[in-house]
Amino acid sequence: MSVHEQFAEDLALYALGALQGEERVSLEKHLDGCASCHRELEQLRGDMALMALSTAGPVPPRRARQRLIEAVAREPRRSATPATRGWWTLVPWVAAAALAAGLVALGLQNSDLQRRIAGLQDQSAQQLGELQRAREVVSTLTATDAMRVTLVAAKTPPQPQGKAIYVRDRSSLIFLASNLQPLPPQKAYELWLIPTSGAPIPAGVFKPDAHGSATVINPPLPAGVQAKAFAITVEPESGSSAPTLPIVMFGAGE
Amino acid sequence: MAIRSGDENGMAALYDRYSAVVYSVALRVLGDTGAAADVLQEVFMQLWRNPGLFDSSRGSLGPWLAVIARHRAIDGLRKRRPETDIADVVVSVEPDMAGDAERARAMEKVRGTLGSMPSAQRQALEMAYFEGLSHSEISEKTGEPLGTIKTRIRSGLLALRKAFAT
Repeated sequence: MSVHEQFAEDLALYALGALQGEERVSLEKHLDGCASCHRELEQLRGDMALMALSTAGPVPPRRARQRLIEAVAREPRRSATPATRGWWTLVPWVAAAALAAGLVALGLQNSDLQRRIAGLQDQSAQQLGELQRAREVVSTLTATDAMRVTLVAAKTPPQPQGKAIYVRDRSSLIFLASNLQPLPPQKAYELWLIPTSGAPIPAGVFKPDAHGSATVINPPLPAGVQAKAFAITVEPESGSSAPTLPIVMFGAGE
Repeated sequence: MAIRSGDENGMAALYDRYSAVVYSVALRVLGDTGAAADVLQEVFMQLWRNPGLFDSSRGSLGPWLAVIARHRAIDGLRKRRPETDIADVVVSVEPDMAGDAERARAMEKVRGTLGSMPSAQRQALEMAYFEGLSHSEISEKTGEPLGTIKTRIRSGLLALRKAFAT
């Protein structure tokens, strides 16, 4: 037998669940890297199974079978398919759960940590609420069945309009347009961020819907660019790296 | 294995095959038919909820169930939380304990082996196995040195193995 002799007796106790304290910790550490002791542990459990046979004889009451079958019928296997919701709505909860689990595992259940967990859970709930509200805003803005109404001075024919909302620190941009003219085939509108210095920066390619409405939400943008204006041109569907004149819409920041 | 596909009939078939082993070991540990039936239910429900716990490539189901049942019964007896993560338990032994005849033959052999052990050795093994006592608790009860108890427990288990190796 290739099992390490110094662990042989402890392994038998370990298989029986009778090894405690330091001896258990040091054996488990050894087991982690020792294949032969692992095999011996499996063998010892086999020996334990044989030991169970010495009890053979009694049979379970008849109702036990019915009880199990009823319980199985009541508890269909859960599907492995996760619920369909955006993973990001789970982020605060996963973070809170992971932290809480980590704390429990470390056995650090003092009141200070519990207060921190409670604080984190409150924070997570708050973040989830904020995410929920943000989702609602975005889904309203981008819904295909949304009613979009542009209010202008009375008796003025509808004009193409665009509204860009830009937060420089977050490089976050939302653009909403209405009453846009239909495009020629293979063409698209492109939004441009005109910085205070330097060339126009592409800020999203889009096509209006049948009602002339369009939205651009958070296109990829370089960080922290100071914008002085936004412009729209007509470009090939794949977009361009520099605007093709003429500029069809333009607006400067206030 | 039928149970992996969520087949309730498969579960009933497994129950018919292995419930006697699970129940009898739990009953011997707990000494109470109701408590033994609870362990029986718990062990099979665990298998139903998570059939992946048992790795059929690394052993037979019968011995695995017997070992899990004994662990759960001891946990119940000693009023402690489950100490063994059953996902980690791999049991390497034949026979599979599936058939009545096979089980009866194996039972005779195990009882014969236990009967031929010196009584102090059998007692130490049974105290550890059926009462869930640690070697120091057994040492206290019997007045034997710790090292002696450790040796008896291990050589008792090895004697069972040897009986089936021939």
